[in-house]
Amino acid sequence: MSEVVIETRDLSVHFGGVSAVDNVNFSLRERELRCLIGPNGAGKSTFFKSMTGQLRGAESSGRVLIRGEEVTSWPTYRIMRLGVGVKTQVPSVMNGLTIEENLWLSAIRTDAAAADAVVEEIVTEMALQPIARRQVSELAHGQRQLVEIGMVLANRPSLVLLDEPAAGVTGNEMERLVSIIRKINRNAAMIVVDHDMHFVRMLEAQITVFNQGSILVEGTADHVLNDPRVREVYLGTRAR
Amino acid sequence: MTGSGFGVGRIRWNWFVAFALVLLLLPLLSEVNTPTLLAIWALFALSLGLMWGYAGILSFGHAAYFGLGAYTYAIASFNIGESTAPLLLAILIPMIFAAIIGAMMFYGRVSDVYVGVITLVVTLILNRFMNATAGDAYRIGNARLGGFNGIPAFPILNVPGDPNEQIYGTPYYYVVIACLLGSYLLARVILSSAFGRALIGIRENELRMELLGYNVQGLKTAIFAICGGLAGLSGALFANWAEIVTPSVFSLGQSAEVIIWVIVGGVGTLVGPMIGAVLLGTLKIVLGMQTSIDNSLILGAILILVVLLIPRGFAPAFVAWRRRLAQLQAYRRHARGTTRRRLHVKEAEQ
Repeated sequence: MSEVVIETRDLSVHFGGVSAVDNVNFSLRERELRCLIGPNGAGKSTFFKSMTGQLRGAESSGRVLIRGEEVTSWPTYRIMRLGVGVKTQVPSVMNGLTIEENLWLSAIRTDAAAADAVVEEIVTEMALQPIARRQVSELAHGQRQLVEIGMVLANRPSLVLLDEPAAGVTGNEMERLVSIIRKINRNAAMIVVDHDMHFVRMLEAQITVFNQGSILVEGTADHVLNDPRVREVYLGTRAR
Repeated sequence: MTGSGFGVGRIRWNWFVAFALVLLLLPLLSEVNTPTLLAIWALFALSLGLMWGYAGILSFGHAAYFGLGAYTYAIASFNIGESTAPLLLAILIPMIFAAIIGAMMFYGRVSDVYVGVITLVVTLILNRFMNATAGDAYRIGNARLGGFNGIPAFPILNVPGDPNEQIYGTPYYYVVIACLLGSYLLARVILSSAFGRALIGIRENELRMELLGYNVQGLKTAIFAICGGLAGLSGALFANWAEIVTPSVFSLGQSAEVIIWVIVGGVGTLVGPMIGAVLLGTLKIVLGMQTSIDNSLILGAILILVVLLIPRGFAPAFVAWRRRLAQLQAYRRHARGTTRRRLHVKEAEQ
């Protein structure tokens, strides 16, 4: 069986009296693609951030392990250096720089000698050539999403976490996004958080449903979507 | 990719050499006392401009490192005699002090506003402390701190290894210019390195840089320390120029002035802060010769006018104006060429 890339053991996060993540045991194997879904406030993003050391000032307990190494109290940058790539919910890019410069900053940290070649490769791969020298602030939302994913890729990660990559992405861009995700998944394990069920179905991945900070159910898209508990948390009690 | 679009172009050696030549020939045309002071202020402004314009760190109390450099030089030169080690210490001590303050702020994840407040408080504390050091109890080796009156008559810069060969007047002007040009080149080297590019990335988006695996806190502490060292050097040069060090080097006015110089010259450039320091420094000296209008009132008015009329400062405005001019000339050349071609066609038809 393939190696576990990331796992959480009894992970809990509290904000004051509110329990955002409650005793979550989760694991992801090499080159596995997993979608995290759940209604608003289910704790998906908090869980996401707690795995990457981005939550500060919150009470948390439990353990996070990456390839067996405990990273629970590590700063974010050290976790990222283990080969983790993160795309945030709101595109987090360097607006004042060009697409090339954004990608270069990502590539140079992993492999300084090959940075220029990596940038060229990513620009071609993501079909960004016509706008590669434009400032990111001038781009449309969907294009900025792609730039951010490109930055994650330029870092050559073995574990990729994408938080709502399809938000604000149009029809054509979504198909391109799905093919990019599949391509990344050939070499890296991936967790994709998203609301868009159409997009999640397109990915044909295993799904983990979050509700009130806990894992409600796990399985294939058909299995999960036919589960009455999932229908209830998404559509309310009338859906029964 | 060369990374030339990071807002830091390659150094234009023709401009640099021409500018250096003007500075070198200046003593033939004018006295050197005022240009020396202006060059020291330019170096001080450069030290703030580098970390503010490229790493996005605004220190409201940058005078702390300027003052520490001045006091370190004065105290060390009293105790050591020969000036080489004191000058190096005047860079090193502010650098270490800035590294400690920076590490506390950045690893403590203090927000930008509070970074401003903390740096301001640090310089105010130093100012208060130095004012309260009158009396024999406050001495470091042979040097009495002197409270409000400061430290006068310390040994000034000498030729390295020869304490009897003091450097003043025109030779001292050249030392200051060498420090200024050297610091400028150092800043350029930093900005064109991967470290410098990472600083620009941090200025643009700290979270993203952290998510790319950059040790943001470490990089910010490093540039804060380097700029503290440069400010310390300018402080030591100032001490040598003034031949006295008083607590006013830590004053709020000193910290505010350097911020105004950088804003007026242009944040996000290296030349801008130096231009701002020279222009406003000259104005300050000229205004200081009269008593009818308050100096700070005029400086404040200039700042408001610049912020309203040229919000990006003189240097970026000049670059934008040159670019527009070049575009206009290119358009005119193109239009002239088109008209000429049309005339040729008409003549051929006739």
